[in-house]
This record gives sequence, structure tokens and C-alpha cells, in this order.
Amino acid sequence: MDTPPAHPGTAEHAAGLRSAYVHIPFCARVCPYCDFAVVGGEDGRISDYIDAVIAEIAMEPQWHQLDAIFVGGGTPSRIPTDQMRRVLDALAVRFGIAEGAEITLEANPEDWTQEHSDSLAEMGFNRVSFGVQSFDPVVLVSLGRLHTPTQATESVGVARASGFGSVSVDLIYGHPVETETSWVDTLNTAIEVAPDHVSTYSLTVEPGTELWKQVRSGAPAPDSDIQADRWEQTADLLGRAGYIRYEVSNHARPGHACRYNLSVWGQGEYLAFGMGAHSYRDGVRSRRVRRLDTYIERMRSGIGPIQSSDIIEGWNAELERLMLGLRRTAGVRTGEGGAALLASPQGHRLIEAGVLEVADDRLVAAKPLLTDEIIRAVLDLDAPPS
Amino acid sequence: MTDQSRIRNFSIIAHIDHGKSTLADRLLERTGAITEREMREQMLDTMDLERERGITIKAQTVRLRYKANDGHEYTLNLIDTPGHVDFSYEVSRSLAACEGALLLVDAAQGVQAQTLANSYLAIEAGLEIVPALNKIDLPAADPDGAAAEIVGILGGDPSDVVRISAKTGVGVEELFEQLVEKVPAPGGDPNAPLRALVFDSYYDAYRGVVCYVRVVDGELRDGDLIRFMATKEEHPANEVGVLTPRSVEVAKLGPGEVGYLITGVKEIDQIKVGDTVTTAANRATEALMGYEEPKPMVFSGLFPTDGDDFERLREALEKLRLNDASLVYEPETSKALGFGFRAGFLGLLHMEIIRERLEREYDLDLVATAPSVAYELVRTDGSESTIRSPQDLPDPSEIQSISEPYVRAMIITPSEYIGTIMELVTNRRGEVGNMHYLTPERVELTYHLPLAEVVFDFFDNLKSRTRGYASLDYETEGYRESDLVKVDILLNGMPVDAFSAIVHRSAAQDYGRTMVDRLRKLIPRQMFDVPIQAAVGSRIISRETVKAKRKDVLAKCYGGDVSRKRKLLEKQKEGKRRMKMVGSVEVPQEAFVAALQVDD
Repeated sequence: MDTPPAHPGTAEHAAGLRSAYVHIPFCARVCPYCDFAVVGGEDGRISDYIDAVIAEIAMEPQWHQLDAIFVGGGTPSRIPTDQMRRVLDALAVRFGIAEGAEITLEANPEDWTQEHSDSLAEMGFNRVSFGVQSFDPVVLVSLGRLHTPTQATESVGVARASGFGSVSVDLIYGHPVETETSWVDTLNTAIEVAPDHVSTYSLTVEPGTELWKQVRSGAPAPDSDIQADRWEQTADLLGRAGYIRYEVSNHARPGHACRYNLSVWGQGEYLAFGMGAHSYRDGVRSRRVRRLDTYIERMRSGIGPIQSSDIIEGWNAELERLMLGLRRTAGVRTGEGGAALLASPQGHRLIEAGVLEVADDRLVAAKPLLTDEIIRAVLDLDAPPS
Repeated sequence: MTDQSRIRNFSIIAHIDHGKSTLADRLLERTGAITEREMREQMLDTMDLERERGITIKAQTVRLRYKANDGHEYTLNLIDTPGHVDFSYEVSRSLAACEGALLLVDAAQGVQAQTLANSYLAIEAGLEIVPALNKIDLPAADPDGAAAEIVGILGGDPSDVVRISAKTGVGVEELFEQLVEKVPAPGGDPNAPLRALVFDSYYDAYRGVVCYVRVVDGELRDGDLIRFMATKEEHPANEVGVLTPRSVEVAKLGPGEVGYLITGVKEIDQIKVGDTVTTAANRATEALMGYEEPKPMVFSGLFPTDGDDFERLREALEKLRLNDASLVYEPETSKALGFGFRAGFLGLLHMEIIRERLEREYDLDLVATAPSVAYELVRTDGSESTIRSPQDLPDPSEIQSISEPYVRAMIITPSEYIGTIMELVTNRRGEVGNMHYLTPERVELTYHLPLAEVVFDFFDNLKSRTRGYASLDYETEGYRESDLVKVDILLNGMPVDAFSAIVHRSAAQDYGRTMVDRLRKLIPRQMFDVPIQAAVGSRIISRETVKAKRKDVLAKCYGGDVSRKRKLLEKQKEGKRRMKMVGSVEVPQEAFVAALQVDD
């Protein structure tokens, strides 16, 4: 594995990484803002589900050794360690795991005992990403989280004691009950706890979620101007504490950018296993069925889990390269698509407004908070006549 | 041919919803013109829009047979008239074809301004008025009060006012008797040269233009070569008939008779409503009455939301014009709205109806600019011209004077609202004319107002100030010189032609403020601050800023999200495509529509 580049966001080389994503949908209960493929109170199905995932791994055509594995959820820390071990073993047997590979799991602080942490580290996980969300108990309750701030603080120490080489915390800002002080305190606490990586997400009202229903029936919605303020505070505070923002919502100490995600943003290929998971292999992105029962049933009957696939090639792939790359602090190589953008009226408008910048044959979102303005203009570009 | 002494020609004057169509239905039923099975509610209002709004736009006519108490059978020709002031020319032509008018008033609502205006037209035309109160079965009915109002206008005795319920049929029989008794039989000389009045016409895709005619003298015979006296056109009478209400061919129509005439003419504007028909062989020397070209009073730009629909809009307007010679239009280009038409209408209702028909019957999505009127301009070099669009107004330095059309507005209202109406009229540069108490509780007010003030949400304002109780009618009364200026609205420094307006200097500030405020709320935040300004010439009179948006980025985009996020962004992009660019500012189509709406 190469040494990560000085500026992790550049990471064009990450496109060469081979990764795998495994989805663990189980949660104690579903958080009101969550729109991922998750289930609450279905722990009785864990064993059947892992059987299905292992069957899917076995079905996947042979590939390269894996440079990064990401076990996300849901709440991966919720399943018994022996089940998790079966998954890692299956991946190792089927594809092999490269020396020094980044192996991440997502975890909730309330699940994170020393014993649990030790056995996950022992089986090969070297990176853990905690769903901390906030260190303010009021915000935690409003987000429907089940842990306390203390549990969150302690879990980072526990992971360190088990020898996890890279620890990340996820935070959510901009809930209407959150105050500026609350958010600054959360950031400062995070800095004190000293993870290697911090992801900060603006609370988003996703259609169909519990939060969306509440907002629709009159509950206050997050305010995007306040969220913009928070984003700026975040970049400032974390920056001064030595974290480099390498993507819209991600900050890392040097060497700790998430390689799996860098690979995705660099248009690298990744396998995926589990309900609702997306893979991108040989120019085809495939989506797996999103319901637990359907997924298990499909694997049992041997139909396979794929619900639909898109071929990402040619101009389409070029536009997607820009769409993904522009979220990075380092931006994206201009290329054919970037040239088309710069030649378009929308491109002129973006440059004129100071939202888009060109430097050293790279396009950079100079106002990262307005990145989607650029991406929409990108997606509107017609292929140049061939 | 019918015995002249047994013919009664009459129309019904009634306010919207006062029950004219229901009464007409009773007439059709009672006289057996149509069977109950054929009966559709409100048989005479055939256009969907008419049915829905409860108003009549095109005049309809029907011949009825009625056996009266005196034992004789009478021919009743009901000539239905448009109920609205916008169509007062059509009303006057229809009335000219009658000897009597049935004034129908809702016993709960009393006399309304339109009814009053049309009653005056009928009286001026020398018609015998038969007053009737409808809806006497309603709990809210006040027949004595309403009868007193009618007597206040027409004179006579309250006991002469027939009380009916068109819905239940109560009193309808008595009303027929009154019509037979009071409406005079038509005069006219059967041996004189033919003179027949064209009181309406419509276009039929199969038969061409169908004229509705009332014979005054002589005979209109099938097959004769006839001559239109005003246009001097001669055509054979291909078909002559009566309406029962279905078309029934007859060999001829004699004095006092009402029917239709088809000549093979295909273009509606070749037939002038108000023209006199005579025979080519035996020409009458004197026409019955002059005709007037329809005169558009209100103008508005019509633009398709989707620029690709321009041709469809043109075709739709052409089709509507086939049946409506009063609709005029010419192409207009707007920087903000693209290609469209500037259309002229008889009035606000006419404009609304055309707009609705374009949208409904032709499935067009339209943006209409704020209605304006025709201004008369004298330049400093002495040349004169008519201005129908704010865009055509020259620089103030080239203007010597501008005049605007005025109207005489009649408002009937419960007297408690006089104060608030005064205030409204004064705000709209109106002058008090007259005040006439119909009864101690209800008053007729007359004002002189600039038409431009009336077309701009005056009616809505009047209705809301009087909780719907006041009614309005108006007639034009010439031009007056005014201190008028053009207000431009600028987005990020670029004038938006669709929002320019000609207003009185004293109202410029208000107009500017209102538009700037509206747009501030309607224009989405952009990547940069967008100043919105109102200006008279180079002078800025109002300003607001739409602050730059600060955050427009998805929180997450990971392996599992790429497809979904891309779809979401693609969808947002489609929304953007529907926006119009004004300079570098993206303006949603809805913002144009909403900003141009005058219902504040």
C-alpha cells in the first residue's frame, strides 16, 4: 500500500484501491433522521442475514485482493463477534486481504465494551467509526440516540486500548434544538477526545423519515443559514486542532483520511454485500434489494440480490468523475468534462460568482458549501461532438 | 310564418346567479321545446366555462310556443344576452332585436350594478320591462325590499313585480302571462324591402358563419341573394331557420321573427354584428342601426410557459378568433418571457375568459402580464400614437403628454359601505359623481375613474371591502390627460420587461415597492446577492436584496449513495432548466406568474 499523499484530498491514486463494503442493517431502533437500509428490533434475523451475506460473497466472481473493507450500517457493532468474524473470514477466503489494508467498522458507543472492542481488533479491524453525533445530551435525545456523552468519550479510549490504529467520530450539526454553544462544546469535546478523523454532517430532512413527518406536521426544520455558520465554525475549530478538511463533511489528521471513501470519490471500484448495498465493478453500478426479508429470501433461493444496475461509461462516467471529485477539498482533474464546463455559460457563471476555481489543471469548489451548484451544472453538460 | 300579433320578442336581464338560466330552463320545459329527458341543467349556457361561471358569453336564442290563458298560441322568442359589461355592445345589439325585457332580480340579493346598467340600456332602447323577483322561496329572500328597489329604478307599483321561484316553478305561469300581456307585438311592414338586424354570429366548423337575425320589415327567404348593408357584401341565403333550440330550416322569416341565416361566409369578421341584411334585388335604403368595430380596452401579454408552445398558442388564438371578432392580438417579444402575443380584450372578464379557454381547451400553460390599457401619446414633435404596452413608451424627454381612458363606474352597495368605497375610489384617483339611494339601505354610487385603476384589482378590492355585497359596472367615457410614468423593475441591474408598468406618478412608489417586495419573496437565493430595484427612468425608487444563498450541498455522498444522490441532483437540475435567465439571475417561471398576479 502506498503512503497516502501529503494532501489526502488529492487522492487520485485512491482510484486504484480495491475495496469492499458490507452492510449490517441491524439497529436497536431506527433513528428519526435515518433513511438508510436499516431495521430496528430484528436481531433475531442476524444469523440468517449473515448466512445470506456469506452466500453473496461466495457468489461474487473472483477479484483482486482487498485494500479496504468497510463494514457499515445500520449498527455493525450490534452483531455478535463470531458472526462478524464469519464475514471477514469469507472475504479473506474469497478475495484475500492485502497487507496493511484499511478495515473499518461503524459502531455505536453504547455497544462498545472493552471485550467487544478487543475481539474486533484481534480479528483484524484497525479502524472504527463511532456514531457519536453530539456530546450534548439534549441534542442526543432529540436525535433519538441511545448513548450518553460519557459513553461516547469512553468508547474512543476503549478502542485505543484495543489497539485500533485509526478512530473516527461522526457528528451531526444543525438540529433545531442545538445552540451555537452546544455545537462548539461538542467540537471541543471531540478535539479533547482526540480521534484521528471527524465526520461532521448537517442534519438533513430525508423524505419518508420520522423527522420528515415531524417537520411536515409543523416541527421546526433545520435552518440552512445556521448550518452554514456551523460548517464554518467546524472547519475553523477542527482546522486549528490539526484536522484537515479533505471533503465537504470529512476531516482527518494527516494519514488518516478514510481510504475506502477516497476510493469512491476517486471513482475506484468497490464490491458490496448486503441489503441495499451498492457495488461498482467493471463500469457497472448495482443496487441490491433493500428489504431484509427479500434479501435473505433471494439469497436462499439463489436468485441473487441485485435489483438494478447502471452502466457507467463514456460521458456519463466522465460527469460522475467530476460530481464525486468536486466534493473533495483538492478538487478534481479538469479533463474533458471540466473543459466542457468551463466553456459553458453555467461554468462562466460559477467562476464569476467565485464558486468554482481553476488551479493547476484542477477544478476546485472555492465555496464548498455551494458545491451542488457546480455539480448540477456538470450533470447538465452535453457530450462534446465526437 | 307566424302572425305578427302573436309574437313576443324579449330578453332576460339578470345578474350572475340570479337564476336566468334556471328560468330559461323552465321556459323550455313549460313550452315543450325540449323534453325532460333532453334537459340538461341550464340548457342555454352551452360553453363549459359559461356553465361553470353561471354566465352567458355568447348570446343564445330560442323560439318557444306558449298557449296563453286567452286561448291563443304565442311565439315567444327568447334572445338571451351576455350578462356582463365587457359585452355591452353585444347586449345592446341583442336588446335591439326585442320589444321587451324581463328584469330578473334575486329577492335575497336585490338589484346589482350590472343589472342596473343593462336595464338602462333596455330602457334607452325603448323596451317594455317586465320585472320579476326570483328565489322567493329562499329563507333570506326579502321580496318587499327588492321590489322597492326595482320600483325606485323603473317607477311603477311594487305589486306589478311578479314573484317567482324558477327552481320550484312557483309564479312562472303568471310571468308568462305578463310577458304576453305587456310586451308589445312587433311592428314592421311585410311588404317593405327586407331589413333584418344581425344581432349575433358564431362560427360553425361545418356550416361557416351562422348569423342570428331579427327581421324588422319584409321577408328573409331561403335562396334569395341577400346584401349586408354596412359591408356591402352580397351572398346567397343558403339556409334560413329558427332555433327550437335545435336549428330547424324554414322557407322564410317575416317581420318580428327571429332566426338564423347561413350564407357560406367563412370568416367571422366578414359579418358585422349590428349590420342590416336586405335583399340584393330589392334593397332597403336605410339601415336599421350602425355597427361598431369591437374596441379592445384592456391589453395583456400572453406567453407560453414553455417556449416550444408558441405555435400552439398562435393556433389556439386563431381558433378562438374564429368565434370572437373582438379578440385582437399581435406577436410580442419579451426578454424575460420569450415569444408571445399582446392581446386586446373588451374588458377584464373577457380577458379572463380567453385566458381560461386557452389554458383549458387548448391545454396551454400561460404567463399573462399585468393588464394595461391603451394610452394616447403626444410626442414633443407633435406626433400622436397609441401605446398598448409599457415597452412602447418612449423616453420621458420625448413625451409631451399622455392621456388615459376613463370610465364611469356604477357601484350598488349597502349604504354602510359608502365610507370604505369612497376611500378605495379616492385611492384609485377616482372622482365622486353621484349618489342615489335606491332604498334607505341600498345606494347607487357613480364615479369617474381611470380604467387602468379599475383593471388593476379594483373589483377584488371592492368585493373584500364590502364583504361581497357591492356590485360594479362601468362604461368608458373618453380620455383625460394624466401625469403618467413608466416604472421599470431591475434584477441585478437588468430591467425585466414583463414587470414594467405605466402608472400615475403618485402611484409609482407604491407599485415599485409592491413589485420589489413580491419579487424579494419569489426569487430564490442565488450564488450571489441579487439587488431588486424599481426605477423611474434612471432614478431608483425602491430597492431590496435577495441575499446570496449560503449552503447548497448534500451532507453525504458515499458508495451506497452515489446513484441516489445523482438522481436527486439530476432532478434538481431539471427544476433549474425550467428557470428563465434574466442576465445571470435564475428566475423560476412561477415567480413571473406569481409576481404578475394582481390579487394581493
